[in-house]
Amino acid sequence: MTEQTGAIETGVVLEKRRSAGLWGDAFRRLLRNRLAIVGGVLVIFLAFVAVFGPLLTPYEYFHQDLEMVVANNNRPLTPMQRIEGFDRVHVLGTDELGRDLLSRLMDGARISMMVALVVQTVVLVIGIPVGAAAAWFGGRVDNILMRITDVVWAYPDLLFIILLGVAFKETFFGQALDGLLLVFVAIGLTSWVTMARLVRGQLLSLKETEFVEAAKAIGVSDRKIVTRHLLPNATGPIIVAVTLGIPAAILAEATLAFIGIGVQAPRASWGSLVADGNAFVRSFPHLVIFPAVAIAVALISFTFLGDGLRDALDPKLKGKQ
Amino acid sequence: MTVSDPQAPAGGAGVTELDESVDIATEEGRRLAERLADNRPHARKLLEVRNLSTQFFTRDGVVHAVDEVSFDLDYGETLGLVGESGCGKSVTALSLVRLIPDPPGQIVDGQIIFDGIDILKLSRAEMRRLRGRKIGFIFQDPMTSLNPTLPIGFQISESARTHLGLSRSAAGDRAVELLSKVGIPRARDRMGDYPHQFSGGMRQRVMIAIALACDPMLLLADEPTTALDVTIQAQILDLIRSLSAEFGTAVILITHDLGIAAGMCNRVNVMYAGRIVETGVVDDVFEKARHPYAWGLLDSLPRLNETKAARLRTIEGLPPDLIDPGVECRFSPRCHYVQDKCRTAEPELTPREGVGHLARCFGTEPGGWIP
Repeated sequence: MTEQTGAIETGVVLEKRRSAGLWGDAFRRLLRNRLAIVGGVLVIFLAFVAVFGPLLTPYEYFHQDLEMVVANNNRPLTPMQRIEGFDRVHVLGTDELGRDLLSRLMDGARISMMVALVVQTVVLVIGIPVGAAAAWFGGRVDNILMRITDVVWAYPDLLFIILLGVAFKETFFGQALDGLLLVFVAIGLTSWVTMARLVRGQLLSLKETEFVEAAKAIGVSDRKIVTRHLLPNATGPIIVAVTLGIPAAILAEATLAFIGIGVQAPRASWGSLVADGNAFVRSFPHLVIFPAVAIAVALISFTFLGDGLRDALDPKLKGKQ
Repeated sequence: MTVSDPQAPAGGAGVTELDESVDIATEEGRRLAERLADNRPHARKLLEVRNLSTQFFTRDGVVHAVDEVSFDLDYGETLGLVGESGCGKSVTALSLVRLIPDPPGQIVDGQIIFDGIDILKLSRAEMRRLRGRKIGFIFQDPMTSLNPTLPIGFQISESARTHLGLSRSAAGDRAVELLSKVGIPRARDRMGDYPHQFSGGMRQRVMIAIALACDPMLLLADEPTTALDVTIQAQILDLIRSLSAEFGTAVILITHDLGIAAGMCNRVNVMYAGRIVETGVVDDVFEKARHPYAWGLLDSLPRLNETKAARLRTIEGLPPDLIDPGVECRFSPRCHYVQDKCRTAEPELTPREGVGHLARCFGTEPGGWIP
C-alpha cells in the first residue's frame, strides 16, 4: 500500500479484475453457493410457470372433465390413471369434480408468486419509509413510529386478516383478483413491521458513519442523504429480508386458504387445494401430497436463495471465500 | 518550506472567481452579491471568529468544548490549529460549518463571519448551500469518509451537481479534471470504481477532490493525514499546499503534529482545554513561544539529532475536566512555572513580541516571572 507504487499497482490489479463493483462481487459469491443456485433455479422455474402457466396448462383450472370422473364411478382420478374408452389422461389426476390437478397447481403457482410480489411491495412501501423516517428524525418521531410498529407487531395477524376479510368481503376491494388482493394487502399490512425495524436499525448505525458527515459537509440535503447514501448501504439486508419474507408470505396465504379465507372457488391456491384434498386424504392422498410438495418446494427454494443472498451480501465476508 | 510564501495574489483570484459565480436568483446570492460589490479583496478578513463557545450538554454536565475562541483568517492564508487530543480543535472546525451534532452539542455564543456572512444567523438551507460550495471539509479518516456503495465519480460530482447545478455529464467532466488534479492516474477510467478499490492515500486524494469540487474559499482539513503513513502524509500535504495555492483557497489545518503545522501554515493557533493559549505567525510561535504549554508541545517532539535513544518527553498530567474548568489558568495544574496568581484568575490573551503574537500566560507577560 505504499503510495509511490500504489498507482501502478492498482492499475495492474485493475487489468486483472475489471471493476465488477459491489454487486458483481456479491453475485460471484452467490454463484459459488450450490444451495443458493438450486434455490435460484427453482425460483426462476416457479416464476416461469407463474407467468406462462396459462399458455402451458393442459386444461383451464376450472375445466371439469366430468365424463371421465363419472366413468370412474364418481371418484377422483389418480395420476396417469387410464379409463377405458378415453384417449386422454390427467398427469397428476383430478379432483372429485374432474378438475385437472396439474392445471390447478400451475395456477396456484401464479397465486403464490403474486403473493410474493404484492406482499413484499406493500412491505417495502410501508416498511422502508417508516423505518427511514424513524431513524433519520429520531426523538419523538422515532418514538411514535416505533410504538405504532409495536402495536401492529403485537396484534394477532390472523385475527387482523380475518377481520379485514369479513369487513371487506362484499366490496370491490374484497372481490378483486378472486378475493386475493384483499388477502395480499392484509398479509402485507401485518408483515411490514420487520422491514421497518430492520431499516431503522440499519440506518441508525449508518447515520453515524463518517461518509454521512462528509455528505453533510458538502451540503447534500437530508432527503438525498437518506435516499442516496443511507438506503443503498442498507440494500443488502433489505434484499435478504424480502427474499426470506416471501416464503413467510406464501405460507401465510396457504394457511389462510386452508381455513377458507381468501381465494374464492373455483380458483384455488395451493393452500385451498390441500384443504379440499384433505377430505379424501386416506383414499386419494395425491390430492394433498402434490399441493403440499409444491408449497414445500417454493418455501425451500426461496429460503435457500435468501440464505445464499445473505452470505453473499454480508460485508464481513468480503474478500473471503 | 512555504511558510513565508505570500499567498495574497492567489486569495485575490479566489474572490474574483466567486464574483462571477454568485447566483443572484437566490436570497442568499443577492445578499452575497451586495456584500461583494462594496468589498474589495483584502478589505476584510475571509473569516472572523469572535468568542465562539460550543458546549455539549451531557448527562454529567455541560462540557465547555470550545470556550470563547476568537481568531481571524485572511483570504488564501493557511492557519494551523494545534493542540493535544480533546482540546477543541475539531469542535472548532465543525462549529465553523455548524456540523456539531445537536443534541448534545450546541454553539451557545459567539459570532462567525465568513466572507461577510454571519454563519450563525443563516437558515439551515442557506447553511447547506454554503457547505461544500464555499467551505470544503477534509476528514481525518479517508477509509470511512467515502460511501462504499457509490462510485467515486458520483461522489466527486455530487457536490458540483448540488451546488453549481451542473448536468450529470458536465459534473462528470469536472470530476475527471479534479481527479487528475489530485494526482490519480487514468482518472476517466477510475470514475466508476468504488472506494474499496483505492488505497488509503488515494482515498484521501479523492476526499480532497470532493472538498475542492466547487472551488471553495476555505478548506477545513481536520487531521487530514493522521490515518495515513508517513510517506503518504508528505504527498497529501504537498497536494493540499499546491492546490490551495493554485485555487487561492484559505486553509485551516487541524493537526497535533507540530512539524506539519510548521511546514504548512502561515499562522498557528495553539489550543488548550477549549481555549486558544497562543497565536501568532508560525516562526514566532515556534521560535519564540511564550506559553509553557507551547514549550511542552515543542519539547515533546522527537528529535532526529538526539544522540542517545532518549525517552520521549511528555507533558505530565492530563488536560482538565472541561465540565467545570474553574477560574484558574487551565494549564496551571501541569505547569512547571505555576505561581499563586495562576490559581486565582485566568490570564487573557495579551500581545508578545512579533506581529499578532498573543499568549495567555501571566508568567510571560511583561513583568512576569518567566524569562
